[in-house]
Amino acid sequence: MKLWTRFSTMLLLMSAALAPLTAYAGAESATIVMAKDFMFAPTTLTVKPGSTVTWTNQDGEPHTVVSDKGLFRSGALDTNESFSFRFDQPGTYHYTCSIHPRMTGTIQVQ
Amino acid sequence: MAHASSLTSRRDALKCLAFGGAGTLFALAGGVLAPIEVAVAASDPQRASTLGKPLFLQISDTHIGFNKEANPDVVATLNRAIDEVNGLPAQPALIIHTGDITHLSKPAEFDLAQQLLSRLRVSELHTVPGEHDTTDATVSEYFNRFGKASANKGYYSFDHAGVHFVALINVLQFKPGGLGTLGPEQLAWLKDDLKGRSASTPLVVFAHMPLWSVYEPWGWGTGDAPQLMEQLRRFGSVTVLNGHIHQIVQKVEGNVTFHTARSTAYPQPAAGEGAGPGPLKVSAEQLPAMLGVTSAALVKHPAALRLTDLTIA
Repeated sequence: MKLWTRFSTMLLLMSAALAPLTAYAGAESATIVMAKDFMFAPTTLTVKPGSTVTWTNQDGEPHTVVSDKGLFRSGALDTNESFSFRFDQPGTYHYTCSIHPRMTGTIQVQ
Repeated sequence: MAHASSLTSRRDALKCLAFGGAGTLFALAGGVLAPIEVAVAASDPQRASTLGKPLFLQISDTHIGFNKEANPDVVATLNRAIDEVNGLPAQPALIIHTGDITHLSKPAEFDLAQQLLSRLRVSELHTVPGEHDTTDATVSEYFNRFGKASANKGYYSFDHAGVHFVALINVLQFKPGGLGTLGPEQLAWLKDDLKGRSASTPLVVFAHMPLWSVYEPWGWGTGDAPQLMEQLRRFGSVTVLNGHIHQIVQKVEGNVTFHTARSTAYPQPAAGEGAGPGPLKVSAEQLPAMLGVTSAALVKHPAALRLTDLTIA
């Protein structure tokens, strides 16, 4: 299980440039990359309850991660800075970059 | 090309876009812009002296804290802009900062920006925040320093020399697709603020993100701006000033003149050129001509305002 988690995290990182619309992660942690083309990659991520999602900014521009419902809000993340949040409750969580609000993403917890 | 008081056609007004890189004077009479090249005005001081005392100056997008290759020293370029403003033969009465004072909303960035701006000879400073100023977790760093004028709401109005100034905030909520939003509460406040004001009162309305659709795919607009325009339409002279896009774009619609200002920090690509909005890397020689401030003067009180774009080159 642990191995699979790491493998899937690696897959997510590796596939960031391709910006897939949906990805599935197994359990405790997953990473979302903010890429050059003003997108969260993956745009939609599905994780199990209790999973920690980490957003990493690999862009030259600062980005933020702000929950539409006010559940979480990172400060400005400059290049190579990260923000993490643990999702305990099942549900659908939409978020936006408040600096570039056309950047949106979704976390599915199930 | 034209005297400050003369009218010109919409086609001529649009021509001034071509002069943007060098800096342009604008005479505004009855809502129509007459462009005059800065070089012409500078070479003819006598004419320049007849253009009126600057009423206010717009500074924008200082992005203190930015340090990437598009401009590793935004403090130096802001200082050059401040030196240029301080060196103007006639000082404006007040200064408007149309947001993105800082890059990352950090306390140290705000402190440094305030310290730098305090060097302006003109001490009356009015601000609105940009989306870069409101990214801190509690959205309090901007308001702790600049919130007093608006009782921490972000929108307020004031009068100067017979001109009614309206400061609006459009960076706290976003429409899907990324356009800025004013929101019903702010629009209701404005309706009340403008109620009973004579249509001959010149209005200056300023906010960070463009209050007109410059380029929607990049979020360069404000979703509920049409409701704002309905309220402004009855006024004879309306000047709408914004920052955000780090370049000069303007248009005239009836009695409303829309104008976006340059940044003092770094340029951005023209709408739709490249993958998205972001710092535009140009050569060190080109950079100063793409950074600057905008000055505005009353030309023909009460219904004329002239905008002048100055670069730090």
